[in-house]
Amino acid sequence: MGYFQMTKTVVKALIHGPSTIRYPAVPGKRTPISRGHVTIDPSLCISCGMCMRKCPANAICVERQEKTWEIDRFRCHVCNCCVEVCPVHCLTMENTYTAAATVHEGRELVPITYVKPEKPAKKEPEE
Amino acid sequence: MSKEIVIPFGPQHPVLPEPIHLDLVIEDEKVKQAIPSIGYVHRGLETLVEKREYPEYVYLAERICGICSFIHGATYCQAVETVMNVEVPERALFLRTIWSEYSRMHSHLLWLGLAADAFGFENLFMDAWRLRESILDELEATTGGRVIQGSCKVGGVRRDIDGETLDAMTTRLDGFRGELKEISDVFLNDSSVKGRMKNVGILPAKEAYDYGAVGPTLRGSGVASDARMLGYAAYGKLHFKPVVEDGCDCYARCAVRMKEVYASIDIIKEAVQKIPDGPIEVKVTGKPEGEYFARAEQPRGEVVHYVKGNGTRHLARHRVRTPTLTNIPPLVKMLEGCELADVPVIVLSIDPCIGCAER
Ligand code: SF4
Ligand code: SF4
Repeated sequence: MGYFQMTKTVVKALIHGPSTIRYPAVPGKRTPISRGHVTIDPSLCISCGMCMRKCPANAICVERQEKTWEIDRFRCHVCNCCVEVCPVHCLTMENTYTAAATVHEGRELVPITYVKPEKPAKKEPEE
Repeated sequence: MSKEIVIPFGPQHPVLPEPIHLDLVIEDEKVKQAIPSIGYVHRGLETLVEKREYPEYVYLAERICGICSFIHGATYCQAVETVMNVEVPERALFLRTIWSEYSRMHSHLLWLGLAADAFGFENLFMDAWRLRESILDELEATTGGRVIQGSCKVGGVRRDIDGETLDAMTTRLDGFRGELKEISDVFLNDSSVKGRMKNVGILPAKEAYDYGAVGPTLRGSGVASDARMLGYAAYGKLHFKPVVEDGCDCYARCAVRMKEVYASIDIIKEAVQKIPDGPIEVKVTGKPEGEYFARAEQPRGEVVHYVKGNGTRHLARHRVRTPTLTNIPPLVKMLEGCELADVPVIVLSIDPCIGCAER
């Protein structure tokens, strides 16, 4: 075994500069599919409650009567499950991280403009 | 005349990132006996299985441990799939294998860094973690999560990797192998590393077997036992040979981990070559009834997930036996008769993950 085994690495590190990034001056690395936070398009939501039922962390609360969709960002562990189950694809997973928040800011209440679709008129039974 | 004293070691310790507490009975700087106690981070994850439906529990199974998260999720899925007689598509099995091996690489590099830190080689520590970063980037680019991948589901996987990305990944792995060579030379040949780990924490093969050691702890003692030999996921279709060292000391365990990183690169490259086209998941309907023990090899050793279904959407029981839990009796054996100064290195040499052990 020889001495000065890491000399090459040390010299390389000196020339290369730091391997870390100067966060927050330089934005963090992210990829197109990185999971950051959930956002909703309130105009599409049909308040079916699928996201609420499927969320493993019980972070979403959908009120059909009050027409609200609520997420508790402190409970959400960003698993992408709600985005996958939403039947109308109104939820999306953004790849930017959520900013730091205090307890009161963690809950986000979104009013949804839910319009009950008209039921197709029943066909008259043919005589 | 020497006198016996007891030194409390842990649960909070600057070297070990895990809350394990050891009462060390010391005589003349020699450890006579070590009495472990765990239970500082109990989270009650296993009880949650009664409150969450079995497809959602995958996310919780993944959160048993932050390092081997993917393999926990995959093993749980494997258990539920066997109970429900689900035929998982080939491609999903290969993808699981690829991600499992990436997790193994990042876990081993994490451990190698921590070991270097424990014996005071800061530079090596940073180099190991710098390399680990590139593996984490790879995981993030393919699954969306750096540490918690969340890409396994009952019946398959949730994301596919396309052919081009797979090829790019293997090319990057070749470059990675070159960089790994630099630190592996230091880990395997440097005199200061050897001085700190050779003949420390001796665990002979027979004792390792009798005390139920698993993973690199067992293979470092010369026993060729690896759950991947069972051929679960796609391992049965790949050429896989367990890495064995017969030094029986901390250095051998370190060498096993170092060489397993190389082995993982080979497995990933072979899997990328052989991966078939096709669907990545099947729709799972129905309710699990029956019970099954699923075994898989984690970076730290063999993990067992036991599930029992009772014909409802909620499982009746879920139990996990993690590798750390089984490695604690061999650890106590190793500590008997060692020097006090070697205790951190020995405890680290089993790669303790107390968060796993207590669920
Ligand atoms: S967000 Fe999607 S899943 Fe949730 S209530 Fe609205 S439509 Fe249903
Ligand atoms: S990302 Fe996961 S944890 Fe967060 S709200 Fe959606 S389902 Fe719940």
